Amino acid sequence: MKTIAEINEKIKKGQAVVVNAEEIIEIVEKKGISAAAKEVDVVTTGTFGPMCSSGAYFNFGHTKPKTKAGGGTAYLNSVPAYAGWAAVDLYIGATALPDDDPRNKIHPGEFAYGGAHVIEDLVAGKDVRMQITAYGTDCYPRKHLDTWINIKDLNEAVLFNTRNAYQNYNVAVNLSGKTIYTYLGTLKPNLGNANYCSAGQLSPLLNDPFYKTVGIGTRIFLGGGIGYVAWQGTQHNPNAPRLENGVPKRPAGTLAVIGDLKQMERRYLRGVSFVGYGTTLNVGIGLPIPILNEEILKYTAVKDSDILAAVVDYSEAYPTGKPEVLGEVNYSQLKSGEIEVKGKKVPTSGISSYSRALEIANTLKDWIKKGKFLLTEKVTDLPGPEAGIQFKPLTERPARPEE
Amino acid sequence: MSSSKIVLNFPKKLIDQPIVYKLIKDFDLKFNILKASITPDAEGIMVLDLDGDKKKIEEGIKYLKDQGVRVEPLSKDIKVDWEKCVQCGACVSICPTSALYIKDKKTMEVAFDPEKCIACELCIRPCPPRAIEVHYK
Repeated sequence: MKTIAEINEKIKKGQAVVVNAEEIIEIVEKKGISAAAKEVDVVTTGTFGPMCSSGAYFNFGHTKPKTKAGGGTAYLNSVPAYAGWAAVDLYIGATALPDDDPRNKIHPGEFAYGGAHVIEDLVAGKDVRMQITAYGTDCYPRKHLDTWINIKDLNEAVLFNTRNAYQNYNVAVNLSGKTIYTYLGTLKPNLGNANYCSAGQLSPLLNDPFYKTVGIGTRIFLGGGIGYVAWQGTQHNPNAPRLENGVPKRPAGTLAVIGDLKQMERRYLRGVSFVGYGTTLNVGIGLPIPILNEEILKYTAVKDSDILAAVVDYSEAYPTGKPEVLGEVNYSQLKSGEIEVKGKKVPTSGISSYSRALEIANTLKDWIKKGKFLLTEKVTDLPGPEAGIQFKPLTERPARPEE
Repeated sequence: MSSSKIVLNFPKKLIDQPIVYKLIKDFDLKFNILKASITPDAEGIMVLDLDGDKKKIEEGIKYLKDQGVRVEPLSKDIKVDWEKCVQCGACVSICPTSALYIKDKKTMEVAFDPEKCIACELCIRPCPPRAIEVHYK
């Protein structure tokens, strides 16, 4: 048994034993759980994939004369930002698109530039054009603003993502006879390919399946800088079915995360475009797991072959909300490049980057080893299976029943 | 026998000439047309996979050049911008020839083998960071 305070003392002295979630597998296989739990202080995880519920807010500073963007409109490089706040605060969401983007009018649309790309440009230090229309008040008389802004001049710039780091995800396939375009990529007809989206054995919440160490206030690697777990993410569903090892077999827990955008890096925050679907932000997250006891260590030793994901048809079952699953496969099979679905061999593609996830886990490992990153006690727990959360669909109560 | 993928750029004056036909007739070459188009300013582009005796291929290419056709190896024209690539692998199951592939199953690093690429362009739009570019010069 160790405490986080004891581990932090070792980190400060440069004596902490830190390994990534891939290395711990071999250590446990060689030495056993008990010895490994004594030896290892921290296991680092990582993930780098598209996470749509992401965005950033910032305060751009007051103008002379003053402007109140709240209640007006705001655009960043032609992408609409949310202005329904006080005078000079804006929020830009990853999936926002320019008003004149043709979207899917000619299907499948390109979605070349959206809110996620604005965030990437800001992080890269590029100038971004900001256009504001306000209605003018006695205290905020100015009605128009059209100016270049740069992240270095903003008062605060904060990444605040409401749902990231999904604990496991579906494997998407297409049973129909035509190509479909989804947030899990382009899916070829008649089971032409299968796309998955998790770092598997490296993925943060798959290494702490019951949220024993991660909680509100946990310090993490976020977008190349330091961030924090703000809350459980939206759609957090700890009651998804689990395997005997505790690992959920379906999309389960999620994290809401926050951090100073100014210290983040373009390499780990990338605007991406899914043809026919839209734009989204590739976010890099790394969670350190303090090895407080053998149980926590045992969870971090989970390997790809121990993690199952559900194969789901995105031509019908997913869009219509049917719970049907075509089968379950493990991440070792997914990473082999081919899985079997309905007796057919199907080539696989990852949408989440394993190699970049490994890079994040190693970067975090390096920070901790060098004493640059200390672990935090969680302020309070994330809801676990005992919380009895139900992930509900919308029950519609039509406002215009005649239609 | 050897094979070679080439991009032919036809100037306007050659557009209506049966130049490629001569490759079969005079040089005994087999070829597969991977792409053929005419640009708005009436220049022609053709991507060929040539198959035949190595010496004959060289002679055939010399013939094309003598006629005023600009000949470039295909690999020069497909580029992956590794700075833009996010190393996801979305392209891997889309690519019909495994020119885009996972180099190492342990690190899952994505790589590109220009030799295998047939410039079908199927990968261009499914690439989330739009890191793959095709240039026909």
